[in-house]
Amino acid sequence: MSNIPEELVYTESHEWVRKESDGSITVGVTDHAQSMLGDLVFVDLPEEELEVSRDEECCVLESVKAAADVYAPVSGVIVEVNHELDSTPEVINKEPYDAGWLFRMIPSDEKEFEDLLDAEAYQECVKAEAH
Amino acid sequence: MTNKTALYDQHVAAGAKIVDFHGWLLPIHYGSQIEEHLQVRTQAGIFDVSHMTIVDLAGKDSENFLSYLLANDVAKLKTPGKALYTAMLNETAGIIDDLIVYKINATNFRLVLNAATREKDLIWIRQQLKGREVKLTEHQDLVNLAIQGPKAREKTAQALPENLRESALNLKPFTSVIQGDWQVSRTGYTGEDGFEVLLPKAEAAQFWQALLAVGIKPCGLGARDTLRLEAGLNLYGSDMDETVTPLESNITWTVALEPKARNFIGRAALEAQQQQGHYPHLLGLLLQDKGVLRAGQKVFQRGQEIGVIISGTFSPTLKQSIAFARVLAQGDEDCQVQVRDKMLTASLVKLPFVRNGQAVFKLIKEVEGNE
Repeated sequence: MSNIPEELVYTESHEWVRKESDGSITVGVTDHAQSMLGDLVFVDLPEEELEVSRDEECCVLESVKAAADVYAPVSGVIVEVNHELDSTPEVINKEPYDAGWLFRMIPSDEKEFEDLLDAEAYQECVKAEAH
Repeated sequence: MTNKTALYDQHVAAGAKIVDFHGWLLPIHYGSQIEEHLQVRTQAGIFDVSHMTIVDLAGKDSENFLSYLLANDVAKLKTPGKALYTAMLNETAGIIDDLIVYKINATNFRLVLNAATREKDLIWIRQQLKGREVKLTEHQDLVNLAIQGPKAREKTAQALPENLRESALNLKPFTSVIQGDWQVSRTGYTGEDGFEVLLPKAEAAQFWQALLAVGIKPCGLGARDTLRLEAGLNLYGSDMDETVTPLESNITWTVALEPKARNFIGRAALEAQQQQGHYPHLLGLLLQDKGVLRAGQKVFQRGQEIGVIISGTFSPTLKQSIAFARVLAQGDEDCQVQVRDKMLTASLVKLPFVRNGQAVFKLIKEVEGNE
């Protein structure tokens, strides 16, 4: 069973979102997503200062098996990307919620948070996918 | 309908992630595909390949029949146990399947064919068999294990039944020994030394456990795919099918055009294509930029599209992306591949990329229409 931390919020496309105290958010992919992809070998990170709309493709994960798009969970501006992943993409497999974070953004519309899933709702979404 | 191999429960117990592969429930990996890949390059790994199709042909006319059915010449199999890799072609030299043929004795041969092509292969072989005195028997009573890696032979020998140990260790490449229902062959699909072992289902779990006990690690289909790509070996259905010929698929070496008197299915079409000379080649691609090459991406030289990638992955040995592409190359090795919205720099290389754990690829300096 995959790990779904209670304190985070999620999207149906398997991104997790952590609200930081400075108003920014950190985004990554869930344990379930990394396990479905298998060994990650390359991350095509977005540019800093890139403006993105909700559900826009902004990052690509490449595993030995396949490529997967990562979507912006909310609209906003990307302010920092995790360049450690350039040389060590496998960190996403090992620590998807910690060292494996992808990017930080400043959201432009707080209301969009209402559509994100809590841990329980995301768990249901993963379960539904398995059937 | 999904099939399970006789070792399904062993895979689950070993922590396998199972996928449906052409109707067979098989392990894709047991944790990490990359670790399994490196295990085979440096030590030894086992693959359960029991989904593959095994067909025996028996009768006085068997050799004659295979000489007509297959693009390579079974007359090369001079002694019992010898093996030959080849393809079965249609009249237009399109590849129906690739396979290994083993000589059991003067009148008995064994074919190991792909799983995904089983039905059409059997229909095709039976059609060609009409009026011949050859009996076809399909084996569904055997387990097929590939044990590959620099330590594979030495370790496997410790797990084999005693009466097979010495003869297995004495095998030269592309030969096999058969004793009762067991067959040990020094063949494989990874670019490493090793064995492929056929054995009765009833003895499979015990042999599997014995292989694990001597330190051989189970490996899944994922590692099998990256290993065969590094080794420059084609996967039927991805790199070749009935729309392409051996000349276009980097397996011209599996076709015997000599002696000229031997007639085989597809011969006339192959000769015509060879004479005409202008056809695409299957070459290797090494990505010089960061990223991963995938099937379907287009390849360019000097702004002109020259072909398409048919298999691509990340090479755990070379730590960069590699691919097979079918291209009409024009000159040197430099090319570009369109990956999403970017043009990435790649080099055309002569296959394979890796043999016996070492990088061996050569850059293509001059690529002509002919080789």
